[in-house]
Amino acid sequence: MNNHPLYQLTLVRFREFLREPEALFWVFGFPLLLAAGLGLAFRNTPAEVLSVGSVGADPTAFESAPTLAVEPFATVDEGVRALREGKVALLVERLADGSVRYHYDDTNPEGRDARMRADMAVQQRAGRSDPVVVQDEYMREAGSRYIDFLIPGLLGMNLMGGSIWSMGFAIVDARRRKLMKRLIATPMPRHYFLLSFLISRLAMLIVEVGAFLAFGVLVFGVPIRGSVVLVAAICVLGSLAFGAIGLLLSSRAKTIEAASGLMNLTMLPMWILSGVFFSSQRFPDAAQPIIAALPLTALNDALRATMLQSATAIEIAPQLGVLAAWLLVCFPLALKLFRWR
Amino acid sequence: MPEAALRVRALRKVYQDVVAVNGVDLEVPPGQCFGLLGPNGAGKTTTIEICEGLTARDAGEVEVLGMRWETDARALKQRLGIQLQETQLSDKLTVEETVRLFRSFFDKGPTPERVIALVQLEEKRRSRVGTLSGGQKQRLALACALVGDPEILFLDEPTTGLDPQARRQLWDLIEEFKRAGRTILLTTHYMDEAERLCEQVAIMDHGKIIALGSPRELVASIGVEHVLEFSADGAAQRLDVAELRALEGVRDAQIETGAVRMQVTALHRAVPALLAELGRRDVKLTELRTHSATLEDVFVTLTGRHLRDE
Repeated sequence: MNNHPLYQLTLVRFREFLREPEALFWVFGFPLLLAAGLGLAFRNTPAEVLSVGSVGADPTAFESAPTLAVEPFATVDEGVRALREGKVALLVERLADGSVRYHYDDTNPEGRDARMRADMAVQQRAGRSDPVVVQDEYMREAGSRYIDFLIPGLLGMNLMGGSIWSMGFAIVDARRRKLMKRLIATPMPRHYFLLSFLISRLAMLIVEVGAFLAFGVLVFGVPIRGSVVLVAAICVLGSLAFGAIGLLLSSRAKTIEAASGLMNLTMLPMWILSGVFFSSQRFPDAAQPIIAALPLTALNDALRATMLQSATAIEIAPQLGVLAAWLLVCFPLALKLFRWR
Repeated sequence: MPEAALRVRALRKVYQDVVAVNGVDLEVPPGQCFGLLGPNGAGKTTTIEICEGLTARDAGEVEVLGMRWETDARALKQRLGIQLQETQLSDKLTVEETVRLFRSFFDKGPTPERVIALVQLEEKRRSRVGTLSGGQKQRLALACALVGDPEILFLDEPTTGLDPQARRQLWDLIEEFKRAGRTILLTTHYMDEAERLCEQVAIMDHGKIIALGSPRELVASIGVEHVLEFSADGAAQRLDVAELRALEGVRDAQIETGAVRMQVTALHRAVPALLAELGRRDVKLTELRTHSATLEDVFVTLTGRHLRDE
C-alpha cells in the first residue's frame, strides 16, 4: 500500500506544500486575517454622532437631537471653512429674519443625514409637534450584517484561489523543471499524476474550509442555518470546478510568468463581479446573465443561500448546475490540451 | 534474448526547418556500453530521447529489447533506466523520498535503501535535494534511473558541468553497472569519458554518424599515433605548411593562428626533423606538446573542428 505510486505522488504533494511556509500563509493565514480585518472595519455600530457647525443659533436649539455634536462658529466664513475641511457635515446659519439656511454637500450621505436631523430639531424647537406617535424597534440580528455577507464570499474566493494557484503553480513548475518529462519516462500511469493533485486538494479543503468557517462562526457569530453536509458538498464541487479551470490554465504554459498572467486574468473579473465583497446585483441588469454564469458567482450564491437562508439542494440546483458545467467542460478540455513536456 | 539490445535504422527527426537527426543507424549488443559522441547540437539528445520513447520520430525504426514503442510502451518502460539532461528534481523532497517515489512506479527492483547505498548517498538520505552539490544531484538522478533494475540504461550527458572528482565518482558507478552485464547508451561531448566507458563509440555531427567503432579502432583509423602541437608567436606565419608536411614521420599539418598542429606517425623522427627546420628558419619556439592521438583528434581530423567549438 505505502509503495503504491498514487500514495507516493499524493505524499509528495503534501510535502511540497507543507515545506513552503509562504504557501501555508497564503492558504490558511491570509484569509483569516482578511476576514478579521474586514469584519472589524465594517462591524455594525449604533447610529453615529454627526458634527454640525452653527452660526448665530441658540446653543440650546439642538438639545432634542443627541446624535448631533454642535460646534458654534463666530462667522459664516469660518463655518464654511470647517465644512470644506470635513470637520463638520453641516453648517446651520440663522439669518436675521429668523429663518434658517443649511450649508452642506448634498452628494454626501452624512451631509444629507445631518440636515434631516438638524432640521427636525430646529422645527421641533420652534414648536412643531408630530401628529403620529412612533416607536423604534432595532434589528441587529446575526445573518443580516455585512460580516455575514462577507464570510461566504471570502470562502468562495479562497476556494477559487486555492484551487487555481495550487494546481497551476505545481504543474507549470514541474513542467519548467523538466520533472514532468522525467516522470513520464517512468512507467508511472499519467492519470495518477493528475489524480494526486485532486486528492491532496480535497484533503487540504477539510482544513481550509473548516478553519475558516470555525473562525467566522466563533469570532463573528456567522450562522450556518442550512445543512452542513450541503455546505461541504458545495465546497467540494466548487473546488473540483476551479481545479479543472486551474488545470486548463496550466495545461500548456511553460513558464510561471505565462501561467500566472492567465490565472490573474481569469480570477480578476470574478473578484469584482461575483459578489465577494459586495452584491453582484449592483451591476446593470444586462450583465446579470453573464455574471450568473461565472463559477465564483454560482459558488458564492450557493454558499450564501445555504448558510444564511437555509436553502436546500433543490433550491440551489441552478448554481450547482453552473459549477458542474464548468467542471465537465474544462476537465476534458484540459486533458486534451495537456502538454507533458 | 534478442541479438541487439537496441537497434535503430534510418532514424530521422526534423524540428521546424532544422534536421536534428538525419538517417542514423545504431546497433547496441546486450551488455555493451555504447557512446554517442559529438558537439552540442549534433543530434545526440534527440536520438537518445527517441530511443527512450519521449520524442516521436519522423521516419525510421527503433527496436528496444526486441520491442517497439508503438505497441509495448508500458512493458518497455518497466525495463529501462533513464537519466535526462537537466532534470531538476523537487528541491523540497529528501533524497530518500525522491528515490522512494521513483521506486513506486516500477514493478520490481532493489529497495530504495539499496539504491541509495549504490550511489553512495547514505549520508545524504535525509537531506533535501535543494542542498545537494552538483555531483550528488547527478548521482541521485542515476539512482532514480536504477530503481527499476533496468536492462538498458540511457544516460544523457551524465557528467556535464561536474568537477573532475565528481566525474570520476560517477564513472566508477557506471562501470559497476557495466560489470553487472547491463547495456548502456550514453551521450557525451567529453572524449575522455567515451574512451574510458565505452566499448563502442559513434561520432555524431549535424545529425549523422560520421564514424563508428571502438575507441581504439577510431583512433587507429586516422592513421596517426601522435599529435604534435607547437606555438611560435608571430613567427609561425613564416613557416610553409607544405614543407612541414614533407618532414619525415609527419602525415599532416595545419597552421592555426599562432599555433601549428601536426599529425605524426613516427614521433622519434618527426621531432628532430621539426627542430632542425625551426632552427634553420630561426623560428623561436614558445611551446611544444605531444600526446597520443585521442577521439578528439579523430573528430578534428574528420570535421576540421574541435568537439567543444560552439
